[in-house]
Amino acid sequence: MKLTSVDMLAQRRETLVQRTAALAREVRVCAGTACVAAGAGKLSDAIQREAAAQGLVLAVDGDAADVEATVRLVNTGCQGLCQAGPLVRVLPQDAFYCGVRPKQAARLVSEALQNNAVIADWCAVSPQGQRYATRAEVPFYRHQQPIALEGCGAVAPESLDDYIAHGGFAALVRALEMSPEDIVQTVEDAGLRGRGGGGFSTGRKWRIAASASASERYVICNGDEGDPGAFMDCAIMEGDPFRIIEGMTIAARAIGAQQGFIYVRHEYPKAVARLDKAIVACREAGLLGAGILGAGFDFDVEIARGGGAFVCGESTALMRSIEGLVGEPRANYVRSVQEGLYGQPTVLNNVETFACVPAIIARGAAWFAATGTPGSPGTKAFCLVGKVAHTGLIEVPMGTTLRQVIFDIGGGVLDGRPFKAVQTGGPSGGCLGEAQLDLPVDFDALTAAGSMMGSGGMIVMDDRTCMVDVAHYYLSFLQSESCGRCVPCREGVAQFCHLLDTMRRGTAKPGDLDRAIRLAQDIAQASLCGLGKSAPNPFLSAVTHFRAEFEAHINDRTCSAGVCRDLTVFAIDAQNCTGCGLCAPACPADAIAGAPKQVHVIDAQKCTGCGACRTVCRDDAVRALPRNLPCN
Amino acid sequence: MPRAPELNDIVAKYPPGKPRALLHLLQDIQTAQGYLSREAIGAAAQHLGVTETRAFQIATFYKAFHLTPRGRQTLRICTGTSCHIRGAMVLADEVRKTLGAGPGATTADGAFSIELVNCVGACALAPVLLVDGEMLGNVHPGTVARRLKRAGEAP
Repeated sequence: MKLTSVDMLAQRRETLVQRTAALAREVRVCAGTACVAAGAGKLSDAIQREAAAQGLVLAVDGDAADVEATVRLVNTGCQGLCQAGPLVRVLPQDAFYCGVRPKQAARLVSEALQNNAVIADWCAVSPQGQRYATRAEVPFYRHQQPIALEGCGAVAPESLDDYIAHGGFAALVRALEMSPEDIVQTVEDAGLRGRGGGGFSTGRKWRIAASASASERYVICNGDEGDPGAFMDCAIMEGDPFRIIEGMTIAARAIGAQQGFIYVRHEYPKAVARLDKAIVACREAGLLGAGILGAGFDFDVEIARGGGAFVCGESTALMRSIEGLVGEPRANYVRSVQEGLYGQPTVLNNVETFACVPAIIARGAAWFAATGTPGSPGTKAFCLVGKVAHTGLIEVPMGTTLRQVIFDIGGGVLDGRPFKAVQTGGPSGGCLGEAQLDLPVDFDALTAAGSMMGSGGMIVMDDRTCMVDVAHYYLSFLQSESCGRCVPCREGVAQFCHLLDTMRRGTAKPGDLDRAIRLAQDIAQASLCGLGKSAPNPFLSAVTHFRAEFEAHINDRTCSAGVCRDLTVFAIDAQNCTGCGLCAPACPADAIAGAPKQVHVIDAQKCTGCGACRTVCRDDAVRALPRNLPCN
Repeated sequence: MPRAPELNDIVAKYPPGKPRALLHLLQDIQTAQGYLSREAIGAAAQHLGVTETRAFQIATFYKAFHLTPRGRQTLRICTGTSCHIRGAMVLADEVRKTLGAGPGATTADGAFSIELVNCVGACALAPVLLVDGEMLGNVHPGTVARRLKRAGEAP
């Protein structure tokens, strides 16, 4: 049904809210990537089968129209705690269950959905044995404050009705009442800064685009999330696609654009499909296209699929890619906000930034600015990954310290191992050590410490992570992703990568560390685009905080973390080995011998240094030794 | 090869002489045929009114494109940071040993094409392998062979 006026939208919302209110309970099954891999799809099917068998009528996803239904089942986007999927949340009790199996569906339906019961023995338990009856009590969620991720994990991602019922497009209505200048001013007053990593003021960007004289203007949403270890934008695009469209439409209204593009990474087919559906639904409802909500304002959105090139996350490269050209950056003498797509003023913001916009317009600049730090208001979404106990997607107020994020929310380092470093900002960011753990999450504080906010990957590393290897990893990533246009990046990064590789292999020469640092400085100064300029950051920050480790690789040819395979052999500590037999089948080289309940032995000649045995050992009995020393 | 008509159908979906659509058209062809043959690149270029060199430039710049036929299944090894620090490269070595073909190659029997991919967003399950759409999480070097065999047998 086409919504031709603001009143029609309000009526529609009213009807939908009443229908939803008539439902007694709602069960949300997480259908995020990790939960689906853990069997969330089968679980959702099992719940529906079981409900049918028990005579309970379910309204599934956006299908709230079924008046017979008493309970609603929503297959939501990512709910955050990826480590413990499949996740199930039951409202209004706010009960939260982790790792629910399809065979548990019968009990879920009979106890939690038919009745109001909280299934106590399924609830998460603290290390001290305390049961968390509601999700709000679980530490992983307790310290979070979602704004961009507000709808992700709550709404039915493919249902426009459900988005409207949750207050969707109320901000657009508000924006239609405001003058474009007021919208820009509100976003500027809120202090929203680009969530893609740069941290440029969104309001200022909009103002420049709005004031440039041109016949056409464009709005682009950057969904080319390429940082390895970051999937926030993917989660929002899959879990709350209408929110992005609403944010973009408000931006278009503010700057006077009629056409928008969402540039989505090609590895995210589900995000493309969801956005595609959302755009079609919005057009049918009169929320995109000519005369939006009868307000005489035209705007439409098209999807541009990326081609698997990391450099296309860079603004000028991304625009060339949308134009159907090779995605090479151009020198940014003229800002793309003034001369961007097809040479016209273009606002390019990332997914998370657009997801913040509706909340700012609906609740006001002061509300947004009240959260976070003076320099970085609001919240930031992170993917808390790596060697952390609770891997997942989180959103915290700016100013939260890294320690709070990693230990209070993330539950500390995986398997209780010692913390070594945390990497933020992806290939352009840096590694921070234990001494920096009390730094707040804030654009300027992280940059000052030699890292950066980045798009939001936060990778936790333990004592079994080698900083030389990590630096080499980022450099080899950038080497393969360099577009090849400018020499410092194309050739410099390749040489840089080679230098780090020799350190990993034990063939580096004295002086190579200084050589690498000089090269790093050259690349940072001379590269054409931001990717090249920032390429040395992971290395430089690692050297700053972990210099001794680099020196040990070069001078002593040892890797204390036991990661660099050419420098490491593994041996079993007879004192700790219980003969459990886990390591022998895990060894790909058949290098481990031992009878059950007897101490196992690794044949150093056969050991390839892969560390698989150490990963599976539960008794901390596997030791990494320098390869050039004999092991007993 | 009954491919020619299919190629024409895909190309015909795009308005002729609109170079901007080049990337999309090539993506659609690859989705349907699994790779970009020389004739497909030529047909796309001709239809959109760009030179074949230009189409070839796009096809070789973007990593999503393949210029040779693909294996029946695609095995992707996630090398996102999380997977890396949990041992993805050790897995890549194991895959090479097990299948006799490494990243960027297709196995001799045409069963698997192997690729490295930057982060699939399943960091909680790291290290991760993807066999077509199926995700194999927490894969250890010692279990690669077994799990690939099982995934390969799946219909």
